[in-house]
Formats: sequence, C-alpha cells, structure tokens
Amino acid sequence: MREEIIVSGRMNPNIDPYLHIWHWQIPLYLFLGGLAAGILFFAAYFVIRGKEKEYPTAVNLAPLIVPILLILGLFALFLDLKHKLFFWRLYTVIRLESPMSWGAWTLMIITPISFIWAALNIRQVFPRWDWKYKWLKDLEAFFVKYKVVLAWVTIFYAVILGVYTGILFSAFNARPLWNTSILGPLFLVSGMSTGAATIILFSRNHEERKSIARTDLLLIGIELFLIVHMFMGFLASTQVQIDSANLFLGGPFTAAFWMLVVAIGLILPAILESLELFKFRIPYYIPPILVIFGGIMLRFILAYAGQMSRWLY
Amino acid sequence: MRYAMAVDTKKCVGCSDCVVACQTENNVPIGYCRDWVVEVTDGTYPQLELELRSERCNHCDNSPCVRCCPTGASHYEKGGIVTVTHNKCIGCGACITSCPYDARYSHPDGYVDKCTFCIHRVEKGLMPACVAACPTKCMYFGDLDDPKSPVSEILKTRKYKTLIPEAGTNPQLFFLI
Repeated sequence: MREEIIVSGRMNPNIDPYLHIWHWQIPLYLFLGGLAAGILFFAAYFVIRGKEKEYPTAVNLAPLIVPILLILGLFALFLDLKHKLFFWRLYTVIRLESPMSWGAWTLMIITPISFIWAALNIRQVFPRWDWKYKWLKDLEAFFVKYKVVLAWVTIFYAVILGVYTGILFSAFNARPLWNTSILGPLFLVSGMSTGAATIILFSRNHEERKSIARTDLLLIGIELFLIVHMFMGFLASTQVQIDSANLFLGGPFTAAFWMLVVAIGLILPAILESLELFKFRIPYYIPPILVIFGGIMLRFILAYAGQMSRWLY
Repeated sequence: MRYAMAVDTKKCVGCSDCVVACQTENNVPIGYCRDWVVEVTDGTYPQLELELRSERCNHCDNSPCVRCCPTGASHYEKGGIVTVTHNKCIGCGACITSCPYDARYSHPDGYVDKCTFCIHRVEKGLMPACVAACPTKCMYFGDLDDPKSPVSEILKTRKYKTLIPEAGTNPQLFFLI
C-alpha cells in the first residue's frame, strides 16, 4: 500500500487535483485546423492530378470556407491565451524546439494561402465579382497561371498543419497519453477524413460524392488501424502509459471514447458508406455528419483525458 | 555555476513553513503556491514508512518547459535557474502542460509563474526563502560546481534521489534518503 498526498494543501487553479489548463479552445482549434488542412489537401491534390472537372466541390467550393475555419481556429487560440496582449510575442522569434512556435508560423503561412484559394474561387458564390483594381486582377491571373505550383505549396503546408495538430500534444512527455508519435498521423488522417466529409456535404455532384465517400472509407479504416496501434503501443509500454491507456479501458473516458469516437464517429459512418457502395439508399448527409462529430469528439476527449494522465511519483 | 537544492526527507517534519515563507517572500497570489509538501506513506499498519518531501520546480538541466515555450519567455538564468520573463509570456499553457512535476501555474495576471529559487535573494548572496525559513534546517542550497557549497557537501555524504529522472529532465532538486 502506498499513499501519496500533498499535505501543505496545494490547490493551484487549473493544476490541481489534475491538470486542466487547456479548455475547449484548444481541441476546437485542433478540429478546425485539421478540417482546414483536410479540405486544402484535397483541393490541392485534385489540382495536381488535373481532375478539377471531376471534383468541382473539392477544388472550387470547399476551399471557400477554409479562411473562415482558420480565423475561427485562430480566434479560439487567442481566447486560450491568458496573457492576451502579448500574443504578438509569438511572431518575434522562431523556436524550432517548440511545436507551438512552428505551428504559429505554419498558420502564418497557410492562412494567406487559404485566402488565395478562396479568392480564386470567389465567383462560385458571387458570379459577378470584380476585383476593381488592376493589381488585384494581375495577382489573380498570376495565381491562376501558377495554380499547380500553388497546389504543391498548399499540399505541403496542409500536411504540416494536419500533423502539427497532433504533434502539439505528442511533444509533451509529461502527459503519457499524448506522448505517442502516432498522434501526428492520427490527427492528420482524422483531419483529412473530416475534410472529405465536408466536401461530401457540400457536393451536388453524385459521382464526386461517391468517389470522395470511397476515399473517406479508406481514411476511416486507417484511423481505426492507428487507434488500435496506439493502444497496442500503450499497453506494451511503461506503467505510466499503461495507466494512461486505462483511462479508455475501464477508466472515466471509456464510454465516451468507444461510443462517441469509435462507434458513432468511425464504425457507424464506415458501415453506412459501405452500404451506399452496395446501392443501399442512405441519406448522403448522415455519414459525413457522423464523421465530423467523431472528429470533434476525438480531439475533445484526447485533450481532456491527456491532461488527466500523468507520471507517478 | 549550477545552483541546486537538496532536501533531507529524514529531517523534514512537514510543517509547511517553506510554503508560507515562499508565499510571503514572493507575494504569491492567495490560493496558489510555488512549493508544497508531499507525504508518502508506504506499507500496512504497523509496518509503516513515512517520507516527507518539500517539492518545488526542479530547475531541470533539460527542461521541457524551456523547450516547448514558443516565445522564449521560459529560459535558463545564470546558474541554470529556470525563470519566466513576464512580458514575453503569452500564457499559452504549453509549459504548464509540459512539466511532469506540475510545478507551474497560471498567475491571475495572465503570465505563467513558478519557483525561481528566489533568484533575487540568491544574487545578493542570501539563501532562498524556503531554505532560510526551514525550522529543522532540512534544506541545503548552493552551487554544485563549488565543492565547498552546502549542497555539494551534503550530496557527498548522503544517498539521494531525484523525482521522475526517467522523464529525461535531469532535475536539480535532490532528496536525501
């Protein structure tokens, strides 16, 4: 029997009895960032492959919401800061050791890129849009001409953004549940899956919907595979990681994780999308809504559970 | 120069004077603390073993908080003391999350705060407030590079341990056992 208690009465707000310094803002941002990365990834990918005609929603319509997602995400990040007036300090240094620093700089690059994508497609919503000034028209012509180059740059930064949302967590060895390098690819794939789901929601083109749904099915499969791998890794690791996995294997997050993330957010949409492939009639908007719900839940549950996991001493 | 602290778990009585001394010296906001006392009880009655530890920031040689700080607000001061520059800190909480000892907290004014080894006293040649106040004299502070410093002297003669060395932080707060 071993009992460890703090006898001097430490009760630092948000630290004790267990860490809860990151509230809803961080997982919300991670979701929005992952979603933005997913949408940009598909838009850029189909431009590179020269399939703009086959995937009009992915290339033309979906990128329009990316700047909104990123701005909402950045605003959530800003709300998370406790010393708000000093936020500009992020952009006075580049600290390669700090994932948050290069994440901030990645956002500094990908946000303008998302604005370019939205600007190039603005006529999808406002058909008679006019840029008014000549230099803006020249700029548009320039990006239209070099759209493939833009797509390569975009795909590169979209992957960094998607992976970064996971690395933000996995770089902390103090939180054993997060301290697994699988979190990077898991969040990237989850972000791409929610991106694909959003494209399906927006799409009015049956063929495009079907094709993206098939991609989404593959992504859900990879996600399940990564989640199983994550738990295998935890259970084969040290006591602290076994304990952290137990938060999901009998601990307080068991029901939430397996029901909301795995069952409703991954397996159910996978079954529905498979049935669709076999010509069953299922309202097209149900699987993507479930996928998006699962993506949000994954981040919220991992953010809260991760802060509860800790070293023993 | 490498400042370090040693706490004698055999002499500590868990009175929490170090906590109050720190709160007074550093004007720590009410409801917060930079150091704390942990009581560990091992075994079953009547075979019980007790360990008392006065804990604080470990001023690690390889600090995860300094590594993850996006603005460079968390940094190493002279002698390896880890401190936070208030007007560089954005309060993002990364360092709080990164600390395996949960030694940091978010000050009500927004910036992140923690034990400074009382750097303002140490620079004047004084002992940190907790060390100076300890009624059982169970704490030793000084420069590890100086073989004559109190902390070097005691570490030469006693067995000691650090907290969670497996986290790779190389802590500089030693517990004499």
